[in-house]
Amino acid sequence: MNPANRQPDRAKSQHGDSAFKWLTLAMALVIFVLIGLIGFELLRGAQVSMHKFGWRFLVSSDWDPVNDVYGALPAIFGTVVSSLIALIIAVPISVATAVYLTELAPQWLRQPLIMFIELLAAVPSVILGLWGIFVMVPFLRDPVFPFLQKYLGFLPLFKGPTYIGSSMLAGGIIVAIMIIPIITSVSREILRSVPGLQREAAYALGATRWEVTRIAVLSYAKKGLFGAVILGLGRALGETMAVTMVIGNSSQIVASLFAPANTLASVIASEFNEATGPIYPSALFELGLVLLGVTVLVNILAQLLLKTFAGPSVKPQH
Amino acid sequence: MTVSNHNWRKFKNAFMQTLTFVCAILVVLPLVLVFYHLVKEGFSALNWNFFTKLPKAVGEHGGGMVNAIAGTFILLLQAAIFGVPIGVLGGVYLSEYGGSKLNWWIRFAADILNGVPSITWGVVVYGLLVVPMHGPSALAGGIVLGMMMIPLVMRTTEEVLQLVPGGYREAAMALGIAKWKTTVQIVIRTALKGIVTGVLLALSRVAGETAPLIFTAFGNLGWAHKLTEPIAAMPLLIFNYAISPYDDWHRQAWAGAFVLLMLVLAINVGVRFLTRDRFKQKA
Repeated sequence: MNPANRQPDRAKSQHGDSAFKWLTLAMALVIFVLIGLIGFELLRGAQVSMHKFGWRFLVSSDWDPVNDVYGALPAIFGTVVSSLIALIIAVPISVATAVYLTELAPQWLRQPLIMFIELLAAVPSVILGLWGIFVMVPFLRDPVFPFLQKYLGFLPLFKGPTYIGSSMLAGGIIVAIMIIPIITSVSREILRSVPGLQREAAYALGATRWEVTRIAVLSYAKKGLFGAVILGLGRALGETMAVTMVIGNSSQIVASLFAPANTLASVIASEFNEATGPIYPSALFELGLVLLGVTVLVNILAQLLLKTFAGPSVKPQH
Repeated sequence: MTVSNHNWRKFKNAFMQTLTFVCAILVVLPLVLVFYHLVKEGFSALNWNFFTKLPKAVGEHGGGMVNAIAGTFILLLQAAIFGVPIGVLGGVYLSEYGGSKLNWWIRFAADILNGVPSITWGVVVYGLLVVPMHGPSALAGGIVLGMMMIPLVMRTTEEVLQLVPGGYREAAMALGIAKWKTTVQIVIRTALKGIVTGVLLALSRVAGETAPLIFTAFGNLGWAHKLTEPIAAMPLLIFNYAISPYDDWHRQAWAGAFVLLMLVLAINVGVRFLTRDRFKQKA
């Protein structure tokens, strides 16, 4: 190749270079476009309802399609309570499992268990919901709910009829099953990122395995584990299909966990296709907006906790 | 330190070891139970008709969900066409170009997008496409799944590109090869297996998504002849059959769920073999 035609060649590849760079940049920026689009569409769809009900929408407990009056409180209540139930069940189990997998389990058992947990994370929500309807809810109806009522019936949480089955508690349990894999795998990443020196120092003091875990690992990883839990909460708040299938879809605020309820996501999923007129769909859009706001805030908190805990070494979980 | 204290500590150690083991079993239990019931209820309801016939009306025996199986693949194809190029090229930018500040924000935004509830995506695309197009369509269903894939694919692509040793890039640079050629022909090609893995995992995740499809793809008891018509999908049909009061439909739902889970798990397990290979080469 002589120098004469090398020149335009290089110029061409420089053009190619900057074109390629701008192309990839544009694709990366699509992320922001998507975020803008989500916010814009929800706000636009919710206009009518926001205009009509104002802030009352958030505190009113009427959800009455017949009279076209809507309030989000029962759905917000159901979302919060079912997520709390899910966290109460999922957090101890997930963190304990993560501890077992990183600190206590024999080597040969770790990889198979991790694979099982990743597969559980891959089970589609609708399949878990199907299993929930036909296996879990009948099992809860009898014997679990009567058993709980017999021994804990003095609490308002466990009062009321037990024969319905599809209930707040069923919803909470199914959400727990859905968030356990994510809390477990993020917690595992966190525990793995605890420096080995921490452990060795504790072993050198003559600590047993569990003492090492408690003193050197868990207390060190506290903040990161909290981030994992908050990330799980974000998923729990937005979990849709499985919850819609087992929670009973009833717009009410009652203390009993045996009673049907609904969540922000389940109301949208089960009512959107039937919503007619200008106001009803708009109210559902506004539920979506509330849900988006809450989950985004929770997720931001989780990401900040995880990022400040371990820097780039902890991989994001999807 | 007394002997009894020592024994107490040893006991506590064994106790916690057992307790955490029991928790691990509790985590795995639902998967085993779901799998057991799917095989028991679903496998027995599977037959040739299931894969070749259209759904039957209520009360008529037999029928299948060939249209929903095809529909799921059509939706996934559209999602891949829409989501993969954007995701992969965006991932290339994050890994190969860009200031660290902008990249931090893009990564952060992608992680937040991954946490957006799937039902929200459905509502958004309803407002964006279904209302202007005067009805649900296969196109809207494909696009919503594609949108959900973008942040997933972008993050995994970036991750695997960063695993490509810097020496490869430097060697190409020393030969005077343009950066974009280096990126496409050397960096991406080296990491291709990892990128494909990420894309397949993202596909397997959106394959089971139901919530975003309820108001976009909507479902269809027959065939969709155009992309502007509503289309059937396996998760949608499973959902509709499961909440129906008919035993026949419940059996179909179990069979559909069995097939869908097999598809999703096959991708997940298959991908694991792909990546295991990669780690072996490294070691």
